[in-house]
Amino acid sequence: MRFVAAIIASLLVAASLSAAPTPESTCITCHSMLDGKLADPVKKFESAVHRQVGLSCADCHGGNPADESMDSMSPAKGFRGVPRKTQVPEFCARCHSDIAYMHRFDPKMRADQLSQYLTSVHGKRLKQGDTKVAVCVDCHGVHNILPASDTRSPVYPVNIASTCARCHASEEHMRSYNIPTDQVSSYEKSVHAEILAQGDTAAPTCATCHGNHGATPPGVSSVANVCGTCHVFFEQLFNKSPHQPAFAAMGLPGCVQCHSNHEIVKPSDDWVGVGQDSVCATCHSQGDKGYTGAQKIAGDLANLKTRLARAEEILNTAERSGMEVSSAKVELGSAHEALVKARVNVHAFDDAEVQKLTDEGAQVSEKAYQAGVAALNERDVRRKGLGVSLIAIVLAISGLYLKIRQIESRPKT
Amino acid sequence: MPGIYRRILKWLDERFGAGAVEEFLRHKTVPIHRHSIWYYFGGMTLFLFVVQALTGILLLLYYRPTPNDAFESIQYIVTQVPYGWLIRSVHSWSANLLILTVFIHMFSVYFLKAYRKPRELTWITGMFLLFIMLGFGFSGYLLPWNTLAFFATKVGTEMAATVPLIGPWLLKFLRGGEEVTGATLTRFFGFHVAVLPGLTTLLLAMHLLLVQRLGMSVPPGVERAIEEGRQPARSMPFFPNFLLRDMIGWYAALGVLGALAAIFPWELGTKADAFASAPAGIRPEWYFLFAFQTLKILPAKILFLEGELAGLMGFTLAGIVWVLVPFLDYKAGFGRVTRFFTGLGIFALGYMVVMSALALR
Repeated sequence: MRFVAAIIASLLVAASLSAAPTPESTCITCHSMLDGKLADPVKKFESAVHRQVGLSCADCHGGNPADESMDSMSPAKGFRGVPRKTQVPEFCARCHSDIAYMHRFDPKMRADQLSQYLTSVHGKRLKQGDTKVAVCVDCHGVHNILPASDTRSPVYPVNIASTCARCHASEEHMRSYNIPTDQVSSYEKSVHAEILAQGDTAAPTCATCHGNHGATPPGVSSVANVCGTCHVFFEQLFNKSPHQPAFAAMGLPGCVQCHSNHEIVKPSDDWVGVGQDSVCATCHSQGDKGYTGAQKIAGDLANLKTRLARAEEILNTAERSGMEVSSAKVELGSAHEALVKARVNVHAFDDAEVQKLTDEGAQVSEKAYQAGVAALNERDVRRKGLGVSLIAIVLAISGLYLKIRQIESRPKT
Repeated sequence: MPGIYRRILKWLDERFGAGAVEEFLRHKTVPIHRHSIWYYFGGMTLFLFVVQALTGILLLLYYRPTPNDAFESIQYIVTQVPYGWLIRSVHSWSANLLILTVFIHMFSVYFLKAYRKPRELTWITGMFLLFIMLGFGFSGYLLPWNTLAFFATKVGTEMAATVPLIGPWLLKFLRGGEEVTGATLTRFFGFHVAVLPGLTTLLLAMHLLLVQRLGMSVPPGVERAIEEGRQPARSMPFFPNFLLRDMIGWYAALGVLGALAAIFPWELGTKADAFASAPAGIRPEWYFLFAFQTLKILPAKILFLEGELAGLMGFTLAGIVWVLVPFLDYKAGFGRVTRFFTGLGIFALGYMVVMSALALR
């Protein structure tokens, strides 16, 4: 069927070429007249980055695009046709691994995609003959390949999770690998996905932690390093903490142990301590040092939050009463900062370090609270003063009124 | 005590004829009729102006007119200076009450046709005083250098640029440059504490002198009723009867000012930042709202003129007509009923109220 269609197409082309000048690429001329799968590449190629930089079908598929006959697609003319799936990485790499060639289009372009891919689980399994794994075209598309910076590209940050989900959320596809399929649905509940959805393309998505071309799940020992690429300070604190060697010895992944891997929700202060939602209590039990430390840290954080809320409430009340408390409100900002720092320092798992910061914040909160008390006292003094003044004014008005009455009741002379 | 009083008066009389003042006060009377209440608004306006002058002088002791210090100096006044909050709040509230009483005074004079012959100059000096009070309001609004004031001044001064021929020059004159900067603040401060008070002193002296020279106007209706014998011509001595009544009003105003200052202290807002974006819903002070709303609803083009320019020209023309009303309504001076001008006044008042209400929506 395909052969008959190709013959009809070449006859049509021959007829049209007899009247028109020879086009630059006969591939497009012929394929645009075909139906279905054979015409599909022409439509898709229209918006492709490869077309935009001046490449043609023959640059990938070979052959002679100037030749109007079917000979143009003969192996003798260098026609490579459609590569098999196992050939795709090398097919793309003919150009994408040639740094000199790639720099003609973009001096910042990398040329290590193939070497990275071969280190990935995808690449390794492909080499073993597993054709279910992802190759270049599974993620980037085939003929309609767009730059990763294009919002329509499947590898644009906002689209990456759904691109990975095409395989990783498919139970059928993943059945033979015996790996879970809830990564993307979990990720979608995470704070990372929330930030990404708000348009912050710097927010982490699958490729940020797993790599893109060299996609590999981070091992137990490297989780902290992966998270630490963004959360640098947290990583430093964790590595200095007593948890680091303990986790390593027990074979527990660092950050993931408390924060989960894909469903990284916004942490809560309730995670610290020994309460119902505590993550500390999953390992520590009453009587051990960690349990006491967690209790102490949770208490200090709660104390600072209570003091902050109290100071904020009184300052807001004073402000609503028209009192000028903006300086105290600005100062209270440093107590908020102390709370943030204390929360970060929880990752050092050293209650004395946390207490230093919460004490500092509590002191500032207390000062702001006292400023609020003073403002409300001042407000009350003003209102009392107003009351006294109004009494004096009413008395003066009454006196004037009586004086007028007295003057006007005198008989006129 | 009366002996000392007489001796002081005699001492003053020998030097500049103070006895003539006492004599004048003794004989000065104020008419009594059903519209007499409106006579008190002139005195009330004067009282509020004195409050403004006194509180303004006190604020000057601490206020610093530079972009770096203006906001902080007012913050210092309201938080650190003893009774600074009271002085600042009374100054701000009194400014608004003053504008309100100026308008009430102007409209009462208009509707009672007190501008008619021979009081044309009293009206004209009064109208110029009204414009100066609006100038005080506009220049004083910027002085705290807060966000709202900054952007309102930016919008307000931009309107000046639409004036044909002299627009760009006028804009530069008002701002002290192309943009609202520290130069504008210094300039507005100069207008607020030197230029406008100077002009006010001159015009106020003329206005008060004319009021004393010509006495209080009796409304035409009342005048006719007296002439036709339908009501008696009643009056009261200015001193002390009217003055004591005036003082009752001033005390009441003082009480209102104190209550407003203590219960609703005037907000300071946030410090102006020239690089910040303009806050949403920015509006001028309430007394400019009618003009603001008019310019807002005008189409971009009216005939061959820009909408904004046409609006400004309309207001200028209306202002000129208003100032010249004693000459336009000259028939009122002969005791004739001039309903057109009464209707015009009702329209102007209604227009201002409706437009202001629309702007507040």
